[in-house]
Amino acid sequence: MSGLSTAHSVVEPSATSKRVAGALVIAYALITLIPLLWIVLTSFKTPPDSIAYPPKLMFQPSIEGYCNLFTTRTRQTPEYLAAMPPPTGYCDRAVRSRNMVIAGPSNVIPRFTNSIIIAFGSTFLAVFLGTLAAYAFSRFRIPLKDDLLFFILSTRMMPPIAVAIPIYLMYRELGLSDTLLGMILLYTAVNVSLAVWLLKGFIDEIPREYEEAAMIDGYTRLQAFTKIVLPQATTGIAATAIFCMIFAWNEYAFAVLLTSGEAQTMPPFIPFIIGEGGQDWPAVASATTLFLIPIVVFTVLLRKHLLRGITFGAVRK
Amino acid sequence: MAEVALINATKRFGDVAAIGDVSLTVADGEFVVLLGPTGAGKTTTLRVIAGLETLDEGAVRIGGREVSKEAPALRDVAFVFQQYSLYPHLSVYDNMAFPLRSPTRRVPEDEIRRSITEIARMLHIDHKLQNKATRLSGGEMQRVAIGRALVRHPSIYLMDEPLSSLDAKLRQELRLELKRIQRDLGATMLYVTHDQVEAMTMASRIGVLKQGKLVQLGTPREIYEDPAETYVATRLGQPRINLMPRRLFPSLPTPSSAETIGVRTEHLKIDRHHQGAARVARIEHLGDQRYLHLSLEDHSIVTLAGHDTDLDVGDSVALQLERPLFFDRDGMRVRP
Repeated sequence: MSGLSTAHSVVEPSATSKRVAGALVIAYALITLIPLLWIVLTSFKTPPDSIAYPPKLMFQPSIEGYCNLFTTRTRQTPEYLAAMPPPTGYCDRAVRSRNMVIAGPSNVIPRFTNSIIIAFGSTFLAVFLGTLAAYAFSRFRIPLKDDLLFFILSTRMMPPIAVAIPIYLMYRELGLSDTLLGMILLYTAVNVSLAVWLLKGFIDEIPREYEEAAMIDGYTRLQAFTKIVLPQATTGIAATAIFCMIFAWNEYAFAVLLTSGEAQTMPPFIPFIIGEGGQDWPAVASATTLFLIPIVVFTVLLRKHLLRGITFGAVRK
Repeated sequence: MAEVALINATKRFGDVAAIGDVSLTVADGEFVVLLGPTGAGKTTTLRVIAGLETLDEGAVRIGGREVSKEAPALRDVAFVFQQYSLYPHLSVYDNMAFPLRSPTRRVPEDEIRRSITEIARMLHIDHKLQNKATRLSGGEMQRVAIGRALVRHPSIYLMDEPLSSLDAKLRQELRLELKRIQRDLGATMLYVTHDQVEAMTMASRIGVLKQGKLVQLGTPREIYEDPAETYVATRLGQPRINLMPRRLFPSLPTPSSAETIGVRTEHLKIDRHHQGAARVARIEHLGDQRYLHLSLEDHSIVTLAGHDTDLDVGDSVALQLERPLFFDRDGMRVRP
């Protein structure tokens, strides 16, 4: 076969097209990565450096932005500062040099914790429910299956913010406003449609003979599902989890509307930083930098599961 | 091992009856082969017995117990799928251990090890036990699939063309091996194939399926020598039985309703010393055999040429029919 059908086979790309493709990839990577790099650089600048014009590429690194992110500060007179005991650390010194004193910790740690709990909680729930639903849609004869699937997809058709007001009113009545549970449920509801559709595709590709073999081998359907289907669906589950995670982690509109204190997540919190004592761009940049880390780690950890084709091939087609 | 019976079993997919009113009893220790072309209902029959399909009508009995409503796991059957269906994330060893580790069985690990080692050696896959199931050739996968069934001692082994993707040598070897295992264990086996050699050599009885109906059930000899219709007659025999219109043999005494005369190659005598109506059209040399293509009026006849014949293309020969079979217009057998 292979020798006969060269006309339609994939041709090894030429050296020139490889170079052009490589250059395009590098250009694209630079365009997307430069803003991120700029944010990370800004987080290590002092406030004056961060607004210097022309922008500084070389500068004396400082963690003042991180100091400001993790603390709240009050402005004091130079006389008051002079009367204080000597500063106890880098942050203390940096803050005093701007005629301020540290008043206490900021809200960044609780907000960050909220983001983690809500993002992981809703991702877990959406993927869990999505996997079960996708399996059912893939394997069983369900009345009105196509309509149900379309209904599930249709929840994703309008922008979530279109239902923000009704949800706001509903949440206020139910006492779910500004609670972690409320946000987890909301993000789960938004993500579950994506999860069902993505995972159904993956599970459809797992031949049902595997479960049939397992059921004949003495297992119940649920046992066959956990022992046979789940291990083979890890690729799809990982991919789905990443998508759900990114949505829940980045979501801004609902978060700003439904959370104000207790359950506030990072996205609505970060803009607040700007207002505290002038435009503190290094603090904003350091918050953004920290905000990026979990999603990068999560994606890198699940990356190997995204490489497909490992588990396929033991059923003859 | 146990007796397994299908009683008036009907399974429909939409409007199509995949099997219709099939009754079949596989006696304890018997080896029954189901024969038929694609779409005849062979695989559905196996799946119904295994519990992978629920019957629309009729019943399945295993060891006298009605199991039509039971889950596959409780029926105690072993199934070898045509597509192997090895668990791709497990090693060969774990694949074979999988049924023994099931919650319904819970065989101790040292016993599992013993039986896997024994079966693996028999199937020549003992050096592959630690391989991933996906890192095997097609033939090895198929042997692992057979092995996964053989490590158990179920009521019945259901095998869906288990040797179909092996090369000729291995197929022959495993055919003998499977038959030996079946006899040694006294295993009840229902085996689907469209390979007539497997059917003839392995079966205690052969069931011939035609569009979901069991048209004939009997020993290989009965099916071969005494077919109930042309459909059954053409299932077995290489080269195929020759079916010819009655008018080609006006002098032959035939029952009145007979329309077609069937004659197998060993019952077709070629008399080259008499000028006859048949002409040698072509001779195929297959090494050990020679296929002789004859033309009789507008009809072609295929038979085997003996080693001593020195026939040539264009020769005219006379044909003599011994023990011809007669069939009516609908292909049903007519006995004189």
